[in-house]
Amino acid sequence: MKLAKVIGTVVATKKSEKLQNLAILMIQPLDKKLQPVGEAIAAVDVVQAGPGEIVYYTLAREAAFALPEPDVPVDAAITGIVDRVQLEDKGINDRQRIFGKNG
Amino acid sequence: MKLARVIGNVVASRKHDCFRGHKILMVQPVDEYGEDSGPSFLSCDTVNAGPGDLVLVQQEGNTARELLGTRQDPFHSVIVGIVDAVAIDREGKKN
Repeated sequence: MKLAKVIGTVVATKKSEKLQNLAILMIQPLDKKLQPVGEAIAAVDVVQAGPGEIVYYTLAREAAFALPEPDVPVDAAITGIVDRVQLEDKGINDRQRIFGKNG
Repeated sequence: MKLARVIGNVVASRKHDCFRGHKILMVQPVDEYGEDSGPSFLSCDTVNAGPGDLVLVQQEGNTARELLGTRQDPFHSVIVGIVDAVAIDREGKKN
């Protein structure tokens, strides 16, 4: 899963019958410091995310499993709304012991 | 699976049911020598890992579903182990 920001909505009246009444949002992927990275993508929303919210999303086949009816043509689904990102980047504990002379 | 180090966690009160009761950790993939390689991403913790732990991360969904939930959960990435040692046969790697 990856972080993203909701930047808009997508309305598609003519769409695959299996995508009917599924909310589709535009999301901008973010890196660990919540900076934009890569291109914006469209994703199905299963957690009622709002504009501007930070979310995390699931890609690939697993995205479809986020939906009540999983046999739908979906490869990206928003599966969580983020309250807080806590970074604690302190390298690798016991790195020397784990990697020996390679570490 | 990938080697990765835990660099933080994500708190999300509103999330898909399958994630309930599981911590979502931020992991930074590393190569066989512990050097960062590739972008960080989020993973569902099943082994109570914490910041600084070197972990084994499963990215493909099927195993995630078997480990954690029902047949139909949208897990994509799961932390499946905390690594104690990595031994690389440098010579073997060359030829």
